[in-house]
Amino acid sequence: MSKSNVVVSEHETNEATLRAYVSGFVASLVLTLTAYLLVVNHKLTHRLLIAAIVALALTQFLVQLVFFLHLGRETRPRWKLAVFLFMIMVILILVFGSLWIMNNLNYRMTPEQINNYMNSQAGL
Amino acid sequence: MKEADNKNIFGFWVYIMTDCVLFAGLFATYAVLHNNTFGGLTGSQLFSLPNVLVETLALLTSSFTCGLGILSARRNHKKKVLFWFGMTFLLGLVFLSLELTEFRHLVITGNSWRRSGFLSSFFTLVGTHGLHITVGLSWMAIMMLKIWQAGLTRANVRKLTMLSLFWHFLDIIWIFIFTIVYLLGAVGV
Repeated sequence: MSKSNVVVSEHETNEATLRAYVSGFVASLVLTLTAYLLVVNHKLTHRLLIAAIVALALTQFLVQLVFFLHLGRETRPRWKLAVFLFMIMVILILVFGSLWIMNNLNYRMTPEQINNYMNSQAGL
Repeated sequence: MKEADNKNIFGFWVYIMTDCVLFAGLFATYAVLHNNTFGGLTGSQLFSLPNVLVETLALLTSSFTCGLGILSARRNHKKKVLFWFGMTFLLGLVFLSLELTEFRHLVITGNSWRRSGFLSSFFTLVGTHGLHITVGLSWMAIMMLKIWQAGLTRANVRKLTMLSLFWHFLDIIWIFIFTIVYLLGAVGV
C-alpha cells in the first residue's frame, strides 16, 4: 500500500468517527430528554411509563456503546466484545439473582420472625 | 497505534468491565433497599429532577467533547486536544459540583446515609460514581499538563485513549443511575 493510500483511509476513518460521535450525541440527547419529559408530564399509565423509561435507557446504553465506545467495530478475534458479553452475563446473574433471593426472603419471613431473628443476633 | 498499545488498551478495557461488575453490586443493593426508608422521606420527595437533568446533560456533553478530543489527538492537533479536554474537564467539574451540592443539601436537611437503608445505598452508589469522576478529573488534569509539556507522544496518546474509554464508561453508568435512581424513583416502583 502506498503512503497516500494510508493517509486517505485514515482521513476517511476519522470522518466516520466524527459522524459517529455527533450522531451518538444527538441520539443520547433526544433519548434523555424524552425520558425526562415523560416522567415530568406523567401522561402515560404507571406501568407503561416504567416500561418506556427502561426501554429508553437500554436504547441509550446501546447507542453509547456503539457510537462512543465503538463496540463491535474491532477486527476478529473480537476479544473486547467477548469480555463485554461475559460481563453482561455476570451482571444479569448478580442483579436478578440478588433481587430474586431478597424478594423470596421477604416473602417467606413474617415481621415476627424478623424481630426474633434481630433479637437473637443483637448480642453479636 | 502499535500492537503493544492495543494490548495495553485491551487490558484497560478488561479493568472497565470488572468495574461494571462492582457497580452492578451497588445497583443490586440499591434495588433491594430502595423502599426501606425507615419512616423517612422517599426518593421522589428528596430529589430535584431539574437539577439532575442539568447534571446529566453536563456529563453527556463532556462525553461528546472527550470524543472530539481523541479525534483531534489522532489528527495530531495539540491545541485542539487541549481545548476539547479542557471543555470536558470543566463540564465534569460542573457535574461534580452539582452532585456535591445535592449531597450537602441532603445531609443538612437530616437525610444523610445514616438515616435509612435507602439513603445508605443511595450515597454508596452515587458516591462511588462521583469518586470515579473525581479520579477521572485528576487524571485528565495530569494528562493535559503532560501533553502541554511533551506534546502528543505515542505514550500520551495511548493514555489519552484509555482516559476517554474511562470517561465514556462513567457516562454509561450515569445513564443507569439517572434512570433507576432518579427517574424510576420519581415515578415510584
